[in-house]
Amino acid sequence: MDYFIELFFSGLTRGSIYALIALGYTMVYGIIGLINFAHGEIYMIGAFTAFIVATVLSVYGFPLVSIVIISGLAAVVWASSYGYTIEKIAYKPLRHAPRLSPLISAIGMSIFLQNYVLLAQTSDFLPFPTLFPDLEFMEPIAHIIGTTDVIILVTTIVVMVLLTLIIKFTKIGKAMRATAQDRTMATLVGINVNNVISATFIVGSGLAAIGGMLVAAHIGQINFYIGFLAGIKAFTAAVLGGIGSIPGAVLGSFVLGLTESFATGYVSSDYEDVFAFSLLVLILIFKPSGLLGRASNEKV
Amino acid sequence: MLELDKVQAGYGNKLAIKDVSLKVEDGEIITLIGANGAGKSTTLMTICNVVECRAGTIKFQDKEIHRMAPDAIVKMGLCQVPEGRHIFPQLSVKENLDMGAFLRNDKEAIKKDMDYVYSLFPILYKRRHQDGGNLSGGEQQMLAMSRALMAKPKLLLLDEPSMGLAPLVIRQIFEIIKQINKENNTTIFLVEQNANQALHIADRGYVMENGRITLSGPAQELLANTDIQKAYLGI
Repeated sequence: MDYFIELFFSGLTRGSIYALIALGYTMVYGIIGLINFAHGEIYMIGAFTAFIVATVLSVYGFPLVSIVIISGLAAVVWASSYGYTIEKIAYKPLRHAPRLSPLISAIGMSIFLQNYVLLAQTSDFLPFPTLFPDLEFMEPIAHIIGTTDVIILVTTIVVMVLLTLIIKFTKIGKAMRATAQDRTMATLVGINVNNVISATFIVGSGLAAIGGMLVAAHIGQINFYIGFLAGIKAFTAAVLGGIGSIPGAVLGSFVLGLTESFATGYVSSDYEDVFAFSLLVLILIFKPSGLLGRASNEKV
Repeated sequence: MLELDKVQAGYGNKLAIKDVSLKVEDGEIITLIGANGAGKSTTLMTICNVVECRAGTIKFQDKEIHRMAPDAIVKMGLCQVPEGRHIFPQLSVKENLDMGAFLRNDKEAIKKDMDYVYSLFPILYKRRHQDGGNLSGGEQQMLAMSRALMAKPKLLLLDEPSMGLAPLVIRQIFEIIKQINKENNTTIFLVEQNANQALHIADRGYVMENGRITLSGPAQELLANTDIQKAYLGI
């Protein structure tokens, strides 16, 4: 039983991370109908920023709490500025182009960012400083769930609640929903659609950066390539839940995380991806629009 | 109030409207009638700069607006209810109205205006927590007009408000259009295929064919014109 619960929590942790990344995919898709393939790289850049800032601060002997807060903020701000800039450079000029063009531009952006970090940093795995020490009161249950897992889960839940409140009640949140539902009409009621799109990229990138920092701290190492697989997995989760739907992305992420965790635990970690993608294929066969996606008649 | 001078616009390499010149005076109800595909909706979209104005000038309150951003045009008090109503389907009725007041910050006045549109259309108050997409066609038209009113427009562009509605509902919508024009002194620019109804409430009218204005004059004169009677009124 303990083993089951342990796998369950490890699945939730994975799911949380996927959710933080998947939200960026699904929000951008909801608003401009683009799969932002560079999103995984934003996650990687967030992790790298946290890595650099945290390493420097720990050399100067800052207390751990301030290292976590400062490097987290730096990661969010830096990754968001990348997200904002990528949209302006690579997607905005192509907004009225055929759908394939921004997609190719996104793949190009992804490859560019990977190689840019490879050149600017190194191809080696770098050790990520320990940000979350094992807490003492966690001792009795440490064999089921680790401190980092708890921190990841709690952070994700707090971030999700905040995001939901923003989207539901603030002006920019309502503008995002309106723009996603009907861009022409959003323009006609006076919403500056360009600002809404920028805001979406900024929010999505910030979430991915938080995810990147948490994972890097959890695993304890980092390199330029970590964004690729994380991005693909999170994208899978977003499609699984119904791309364009925010609750769908969260649900899809947890389903994917739990599937992987149980497959690893009960079968073999070699089959982790096989189970994950088989699940995707199965769900898409029986529910093509995803778990919570709306069926649309859009012609592609 | 609004003045188009030799405006051209279109899609791809095709012009949908050619040398369109027209004028809307303060407080009027103006109607633009014409067949399907004549360029009526394109004219309205060009005024709001959703479709690019390729030549000519558009002036609103003596200011050139054809290079201004769409949201800046809304801010000047020029609002449109587009063809097909374009309700935000997954926003509630109230949220749809909130979006109409997107550029305003005067909370109390917004509240008052919301009460006003609820008094115009009590059914919207009853349905205020329902998703906009679940309303009937007539209710959606009411919501679309109310949403535009929430922006406190000086000039309201209405694109085919009668489309797909039952005759009784159409009559109600046209009554409200007249009422909005009188009570709030909102100038109305009405695009319609339903020429008969439109000309009956309008002060003046323009007739559009193949992207050009072919005829204009006081509504009563157009109603009496035998060509128009044959082509648009079915008499």
